[in-house]
Amino acid sequence: MAHSGISVLLEGTNFTRLLGGLFVTIKIAAVALITGLILGVILGVLRTFKNRLLRLILRLYLEFFRIVPTVVLLFLFYYILPRQLNFNLPADQLATLVFALWVAAEMSDIVRGALISVPKHQRESGLAIGLNRYQLYRYVLIPQAMTLEIPATINLATRVIKTTSLLMLISVMDVINVGQQIIEANNHTHPTGVFWVYGLIFLFYFLIDYPLSWWAKRLEKRRLERANG
Amino acid sequence: MADKILQVEHLEKYYQKRHVLHDINFSVDKGEVVTLLGPSGSGKSTLIRCLNGLEAYQQGTIMFEGEKVQPNEKTWQQIRQKIGMVFQSYDLFPNLTVMDNILLGPTKVQKKDRNSASQEAVKLLQRVGLEDYQDAYPRQLSGGQKQRIAIVRALALHPDFMLFDEVTASLDPEMVRGVLNIIGDLANKDHMTMIVVTHEMNFAQEIADRVLFLENGRILEQTPSKTFFNKPQTDRAQQFLDSMDF
Repeated sequence: MAHSGISVLLEGTNFTRLLGGLFVTIKIAAVALITGLILGVILGVLRTFKNRLLRLILRLYLEFFRIVPTVVLLFLFYYILPRQLNFNLPADQLATLVFALWVAAEMSDIVRGALISVPKHQRESGLAIGLNRYQLYRYVLIPQAMTLEIPATINLATRVIKTTSLLMLISVMDVINVGQQIIEANNHTHPTGVFWVYGLIFLFYFLIDYPLSWWAKRLEKRRLERANG
Repeated sequence: MADKILQVEHLEKYYQKRHVLHDINFSVDKGEVVTLLGPSGSGKSTLIRCLNGLEAYQQGTIMFEGEKVQPNEKTWQQIRQKIGMVFQSYDLFPNLTVMDNILLGPTKVQKKDRNSASQEAVKLLQRVGLEDYQDAYPRQLSGGQKQRIAIVRALALHPDFMLFDEVTASLDPEMVRGVLNIIGDLANKDHMTMIVVTHEMNFAQEIADRVLFLENGRILEQTPSKTFFNKPQTDRAQQFLDSMDF
């Protein structure tokens, strides 16, 4: 007799395996976000400089990562780079790299947009007290851009976390991949297991992403209230 | 011979093809107060902004304290520490408290010790009557208060020379006097050298040693203030004065 589906989650080490997969997911997303955000801020600042060549290169970088679908990027790095350039990394590190580069590209656009929307006379009054370019960005422009960009940044984070679900395609043992294995291994004994496994994965993603998007909304609302008050 | 703080020779400025400043020549002596007057669009703000490198100029030279200014960012960044500038839009940094706004220049640019710099800042704040607002953020202040803080922020660098670009133009009328008094005080008590762009004719008359009258990017007249307000040399300046209600 087939078991009730929900018990598949409690069978053996299934639940801890799923949690382990979730941890891999979170780790890749977190490392990629942190490095990508830092790199993105730097690239975003560089994109506000006058040097045309630099701006063009960074623009091409952004467009490349924005236009090419993430799956294609993953395949490109996973299958093509090792063969063509002899550049080998374990799948999870490679995934982290691809995601970090993607985050950096998106973040550079967010930062650039926020920086150029800081009013021009803020820049001028910074220059007028003798700040050099580094100091101007460090103390005046970046802090003001931050408040503008935080909601967009959090939204980017939720997108990145969701997109980690593609990692199973390059065989990273993330939560989806683990879930898939559990479903396949228990298909005979727990025919409805697929519903419960994916239900749990849904819950995991929801629990991570919902607070983030709630936070982004709240910050945006507060910022608007402040700007109008 | 009085020390010249600033000399401007044959300055020409274009915005693309539009010629906005024509052959500007003048100098400012130490301790002198010069007001720039003229109808709107005459190039007053553009000129004053050229004097601390916020606008590039295409020809001519600016000499500051006897030395020719090389028109590049690095040189200007040094010189700006000696030239305080206050703008029409009170543009304090909204992310910093009043005190941090004032200390940014002294501590980061001039690398002064924060303690002594903040003692000095408190004295300056007392002078403009705002010593209780050190920890306030700019959004908690009125326009007049912000503008007074902006003046303090510029003074905190111990400038030799101040530029005021229509600093009362966007203030509510009841705030104007307080700000003008501070500028007047700087001129009379501290003998600060300054160039003031203003539309407040009474104030200009009170404070100015000399008037530069600009129209269409040309200096039409440079006269001592008394002469200018009693009997300007050009008809254009006379018309301008007649049109101003004061």
